[in-house]
Parts: sequence; structure tokens; C-alpha cells
Amino acid sequence: MTEAPTTEERKPMQLANVPDITTLSHSRQSTAMNDARLNLATPERASVAASPVKLAARGLDFYYDKFHALKGINLEIPEKRVTALIGPSGCGKSTLLRVFNRIYALYPKLEAKGQVLLDGENILDLKYPMNRLRSKVGMVFQKPVPFPMTIFENVAYGIRHHEKLSRSEMNDRVESALRQGALWDEVKDKLGQSALGLSGGQQQRLCIARAVALKPDVLLLDEPTSALDPISTSRIEQLIEELKKDYTIAIVTHNMQQAARVSDFTAFMYLGDLVEHGPTATIFSQPTKQQTEDYITGRFG
Amino acid sequence: MDAANSLYLRRRIVNGIAIGLATIAALFGLCFLGWILWTLVSKGIGGVNWALFTQNQPPPLEEGGLKNAFFGSAVMCGLGILIGAPLGIAAGTWLAEYGNNSKLGTTVRFVNDILLSAPSIVLGLFVYAVFVMQTGGQFSALAGSLALAFIVLPVVVRTTDEMLRLVPAQMREAALSLGVPQWKVTVQVLYRSASAGIVTGILLALARISGETAPLLFTAFGNEFWSTDLTGAMAAVPLVMYKFAGSGFANWEALAWAGALVLTVFVLLVSLFARTFLLRNRISHD
Repeated sequence: MTEAPTTEERKPMQLANVPDITTLSHSRQSTAMNDARLNLATPERASVAASPVKLAARGLDFYYDKFHALKGINLEIPEKRVTALIGPSGCGKSTLLRVFNRIYALYPKLEAKGQVLLDGENILDLKYPMNRLRSKVGMVFQKPVPFPMTIFENVAYGIRHHEKLSRSEMNDRVESALRQGALWDEVKDKLGQSALGLSGGQQQRLCIARAVALKPDVLLLDEPTSALDPISTSRIEQLIEELKKDYTIAIVTHNMQQAARVSDFTAFMYLGDLVEHGPTATIFSQPTKQQTEDYITGRFG
Repeated sequence: MDAANSLYLRRRIVNGIAIGLATIAALFGLCFLGWILWTLVSKGIGGVNWALFTQNQPPPLEEGGLKNAFFGSAVMCGLGILIGAPLGIAAGTWLAEYGNNSKLGTTVRFVNDILLSAPSIVLGLFVYAVFVMQTGGQFSALAGSLALAFIVLPVVVRTTDEMLRLVPAQMREAALSLGVPQWKVTVQVLYRSASAGIVTGILLALARISGETAPLLFTAFGNEFWSTDLTGAMAAVPLVMYKFAGSGFANWEALAWAGALVLTVFVLLVSLFARTFLLRNRISHD
């Protein structure tokens, strides 16, 4: 696999784009980034505002042992929209994502305080069944991690744990998940082969299909393209565009152009604080906080 | 010639000398391995024939084979693996997945490392004291297997622990995020990912115990006759070699060399198999 460009390597590009960003709402420029952003700025914006809240953090604090990683986060994630979490390394964006499905609970000494409401129910309440939470909130990680099984089994594995399906039902379910992951056409003739033989981009789409197969409500994407080459990245971004018709998506990304391209809402975080949150077009063109503007124009981070 | 050139020349000469010395050292080491193998083959190959595997060990100056010893070794090594490997895998899993950073986990890992380097004769003595003596001083194949299992145990604990910890944390998280409980994730996903490494560990443990003599001395004791009784003394190839090699009887010495050759070839094959297994794993992870 090609090495993904790191944040540092991308900086010159971001800087080059800075003037465009700030003048965006007034000028129609033909860079891919502006196209994506102009799309957001037009009719879709209206529907964005109307969407109900799916997932909400209320006064959320998070501690790595004694380190206070999230400080009183209040964030609402609207249904069937893409919300991007951006901010410099260590700002807590991944941590926040990992609270949303309580995957942090795997490790000792980590603690979340406050509330995270999924459809109005607090998932941090230990009475909230983990099984239900994990089937409602799917997650895709930075590095594609297919299980050492066949392509078919990778997708079927999670389903089997939650539902008893007949053979034909399972086949249909796996096919539809792979279609939703935009992978079906590439793998339909080799479902019985090891998933480890797929390319990095295909593996990541398999991971998305695997998460989608459980029919979750929410998809958490933790830097899903940072280990992929540009072509695979663009396929995943198209896929996110498709998936938001059915799923509520929260994506952590280091790539601000990606945030601008794929998200409806953007939350900017810094040192454990949620600095600013709003429609993506607004955050990128008229941020209200100086820190946000400094970050998106590449002055730090 | 200017300064830069002469410096370059000097470095090339020094480099040449260093490579030459390293090569000689490597060949020197390899040469002994070759010598050992050559001695084994030249002295042992004459004794490798059908009778070696079909006849029991003979009295001095009579024809015979090592059937009883091969059988005893196979049984005790097999049992040793059967007892030691599952325990080792279970303990290694606990270390990697549950006790990883706890105080108890660190302690267990440390103790396991001590067991790993414990002299094998001490393990034999231990089994002699707690098993053989407790069963009325009866040497038995079971006691021998137990002593071998104590050698297998730390090797398998160590490899299982290390192989599971090599599985990327994201694989665990990905499986857990599907709502699958941790024990299922371990058995169904992580074991598959680590299987090649774990199997390699077991095979290397097998290679090691097949040549162990000391822990069998006061446990299995050895047996000149054919015996399939697990509760009685049993022969083993290294024990027979120990007795035959320096005996002065030509036929016994020939049998000892033949046994040594067969044993070495077996260990070599097991190691080769383990290597290819590990190699295959490495490729599939890329």
C-alpha cells in the first residue's frame, strides 16, 4: 500500500487553499474542495438544520487515569448527517469517538463521566446493554483490520452473534452489506478467499461492510482513510456520501479538506475542549473563534 | 591522491577486513555444525535399517533395534505436549488478554521466564519428589510425560503470550465493536490470527523435549523391554543413547548413533516445518 500523506505532508496543500477557503462563499472556484463545499452551502444546508439529534454528549468528561482528556463536552450529532471531528493531535477527537460505543472500556483506568445520549438513553449508564449499544453503533478504525477469515465470514461473523439467520438469509445479508460497502462487484467471485488478500482500500471497505452488516444506526469512523492512498480515499469518501442516507455518521479526520468534502457539520476540538461546532460551511468560512480560524487556515496543528 | 580519496580507500579496506572477519567467524560456526552432522550421518547411517524400527533393543552383541525406545519417546513426548500445550495456551491467553498489565500478570510472566530457564534435571527431580515418590517409588511413563510437560509449559506460555500481544489492538477493538464478547473474540478471531505462532511454539517445544534425557532419568527411568504400560517404566531414545553410546559393545554403539541420527533428523524436520509455518504467517499478515 502507498503510504498515506501525514498531516504534516498535507500542510502545504492546505496553506495553498487557504485563500480559497476564506473567500469561498463569494467566489466559485473549481477546486474539488470548493465544489464539495459549495454543494453543502446550497440546498442541502436547509435539510441539515432540520435533522433530529441522534447522539448527544452532555457535560462529558473523560480521564486517562489522571489525565483529563475531555472537558465538559456538549455536542449534538444529527441523524443521517455526517459530523466531522477535527483538531490537532491529542485534542481528544478520537477519545470522544471511542466513548460513543464505549470501546474505551476495554482498557483499565479509563473513565467517562457525564452523559452520552443515544436516542435519549444514556449509554454510559452501566445498565445500558453493551450488546445493544454495539449493534446500534458500528465503528471503523484507522488501520483496516480484516479478521483472518474468508471475505464472507468477515461480514457474517458479527451478524451471527446477534441473529440466527438461515443460509439464504445470511447470503442476502452479506451481499447487501458488501454492496453498501461498495465492494460487492470486486469480491463477489471470491467470497471464499481470505480477506487478508485484499488491497488496503478494499480491506477498509470490507471493514465498513462488516460494521454496516449489523444494521447499526450510527457509524463511527476513526480516521478511516489515513492509511490509504488517494484513490482508495476518494472511494471511501464517495461511500460516506452514500451511507449518510441510511446512517448517522461521525468521522474523525486529520485532513481538513476531507472534513470539508464529506461532512455536513464540523466540530473543532482543542486540548480536550470542544471549541466550536456548526455547519461545515460556516466553520470553514466564518468561524467565530480565533483558534478555529487559526487551525483551519493551517497556522497551527 | 587527495584527502577525500585516500579516506575513501582507507574505509574500503577497513570494510573489506571487517566483512572478511565476520565471514570467517560465520563459517567457523557453521563448520562445527557441519562436522556434527557429518559425524552423525557417517556413524549412524549404517545402523538405520528396517530392524531399527521393528525390533526391540537387544542384549549386548545381539541383533536388534530401538522400537521400544522410539515408541516410548513418541508416547511421552506426545503426552507431554498434550498436558503442557493446552495449559500453556490457557495461561498465555490469560497473560496477554486479561492479566497483561496487572501486578499478578507481571509476576506470572517473570516466574514463567524462570521456569523457562530452569535446568531440566531440576524439573525431573521435582516430578520424582512429588509424583514418583508419592506413588510408591514407581517409575512410570506418566511421570516422564509430566516432567516433559513442565518443559513444554513455559515455552508455550511465552509464545502464546507474545503471539497474542502481536495481534494489533485494533483487531480486538474491531471484533469487540461488533458486540462479540471478549472470550469469543479471543477464541474465534485472535487465536486464528496468532495460530501460526502458537503452533510454531508447540513444535519447537516438541523438538526440545524429544532430546531431553535428564528429566526422564528418575521419572520414566528407561526400560529394556517393549512396554505400553503408562504406569510402568518406559524406554526413550535419549535414555538408550545414554546407556549404549559409551558401552563398548559395537552393536550397542551402532544403535546409539542410529538413534541419534533419527532423533536429529526428526528435530530438524520439526524445526523446518515450524519455520515454514511461521514464514507463511508472516506473508499472510502483509
